[in-house]
Amino acid sequence: MKVRHSFVALLACAALPAGAQLSIEITGAGANRIPVSIADFAGERIVSQALTSVVRGDLERSGWFRLVEPGTLATMEPTAGNIADLKTRGADAYVAGGVLQTGEGRYESRFRLFDVPKQAALGGHTYAHGSNQLRTTAHRISDFVYEKLTGEPGVFSTRIAYVVKSTGRFELQVADADGMNAQAALASREPIISPTWSPDGSKLAYVSFEAKKPVVYVHDLASGRRHVAANFKGSNSAPAWSPDGKRLAVVLTKDGNSQLYTLNADGSGVNRLASSSGIDTEPQYSPDGQWIYFTSDRGGSPQIYRIGAAGGNAERVTFEGSYNVTPRLSPDGRNMAYVSRNNGRFQLTLMDIATKQSQVLTDTAKDESPSFAPNGRTLLYASEINGRGVLGTVSIDGRIKQKLSVQAADVREPSWGPQLK
Amino acid sequence: MRTLLVTLAIALPLLISGCSSQPAAPEQPGAGVEDRKPTAITTPPVVQPPISTGNVDPYDIAELKNPKSILSKRNVFFDFDMYIVKDEFKPLIEAHAKFLVKNPKMKMLIQGNADERGSREYNLALGGKRSEAVKKALLLLGAKEDQVESVSLGEEKPRCTDATEECWAQNRRGDMLYSGEY
Repeated sequence: MKVRHSFVALLACAALPAGAQLSIEITGAGANRIPVSIADFAGERIVSQALTSVVRGDLERSGWFRLVEPGTLATMEPTAGNIADLKTRGADAYVAGGVLQTGEGRYESRFRLFDVPKQAALGGHTYAHGSNQLRTTAHRISDFVYEKLTGEPGVFSTRIAYVVKSTGRFELQVADADGMNAQAALASREPIISPTWSPDGSKLAYVSFEAKKPVVYVHDLASGRRHVAANFKGSNSAPAWSPDGKRLAVVLTKDGNSQLYTLNADGSGVNRLASSSGIDTEPQYSPDGQWIYFTSDRGGSPQIYRIGAAGGNAERVTFEGSYNVTPRLSPDGRNMAYVSRNNGRFQLTLMDIATKQSQVLTDTAKDESPSFAPNGRTLLYASEINGRGVLGTVSIDGRIKQKLSVQAADVREPSWGPQLK
Repeated sequence: MRTLLVTLAIALPLLISGCSSQPAAPEQPGAGVEDRKPTAITTPPVVQPPISTGNVDPYDIAELKNPKSILSKRNVFFDFDMYIVKDEFKPLIEAHAKFLVKNPKMKMLIQGNADERGSREYNLALGGKRSEAVKKALLLLGAKEDQVESVSLGEEKPRCTDATEECWAQNRRGDMLYSGEY
């Protein structure tokens, strides 16, 4: 093989220009959105405004909330009269807060959340932070409000990874869940596919074609350092982390067909998991670590199967249709997202594992790469709109939808990072 | 795809029959090919393997670049989600297998490709099965294991990027490439 100079840039922390950021558009909202009123946070104007707008944006974009104008009210100690006023405006919840400068570039942000009909405080928090942690602080406030009002943890503080393809260039990027703060972790002239977060959120495993063939890497995000996890003869792809972060399931062709193997994250301890005469690929561990779900054409068409994480007999999971691929388990293990082909359309589909009932969640035709939010309520996936690669999110009931796109480039291969404590 | 096949069915026999009337370029021995009349367009694009006429070697390395030789053709096309080599590509694979047998120092890389629909990882595996199917056929016909390497590009290197069946058909492909061509 002719050795060509291959362009690969490893980037520890490279901020991107504004045009390269993901922009989010809401394309569907929940049926019963909670009316919430968020007062302008008091304090140093420019700082508090930024905080308030991020919280409002988070809650509104989630599709679970409807923003109600608080009027001139901005107090963390609302009177009975204030509450009565909020009630007439139709607010069920009220958030107020303030920002104090405590030193050079140091701030203290406080907030309280109120249940309007019950006229009761639901709690609050104080965060000490620097001026560069404003958005992070706002996302944590949003997480608190979301959890108190919906009963499920919020995912505003999480991060996502995805690949942006522009002419002749592939970039593996990491951004906040709202698409902001996008940073490139890797840039290459060759394709990058299948990024997936380590359970502790510190690393990404992915497949890069920079060596003119697919090789699996593990990339530490803080340091920008990485190592080869699998580079055997033939192709190396489809990495999936075990829940304890110690092992990876991968697909290798070193012994012929695409087959499933597990290995330690450092590349040692290779173990063949299953054998078939056809294609086995796209492994994913169940959250309890007991099973590995995967795609196989061993029955004649691509279908989803599962096998014990230490091997054994594979059992078939999908039976309807002739193309069911890319199984992804929800964090609670109850649901499985996958892509099914229906009348020539490739659509994001959700199966209830216990009842085996399936529901198509989208009306797009080229869905790929589903990835669950850490709270299991939302799926992130890749699709195509007007010939352009975009990301979409959809709630597991199919109602709340967002589109995430990048100007003048295709965005694809998304992976939602874990919830960090 | 169908239009492509039809075009090939018309064009190939024409090229081949025209070939016998053309004098070979001096520095490049021309392929002596059986004289064939153009056939009906319903006939699959079966191309006769080169047949030696006199001292011209149809498996000379230069034939790889001779547009009149079947050896200049390198593509094997597949149906959606399939990795069976269709009968119409068997003469092409036979010709390359013979070439590899007669030129044991030549090495080939087979790149398997898939169209853009469906999962990238599944398509990577599918491209692998396609390149492997071409490789197996070549080995059965006498090519040696160390001459032929198969790899998959999945859906990552599309030749055609329109969202049409014609385009997808072109991308469901195995390419047989010799040293210096990849």
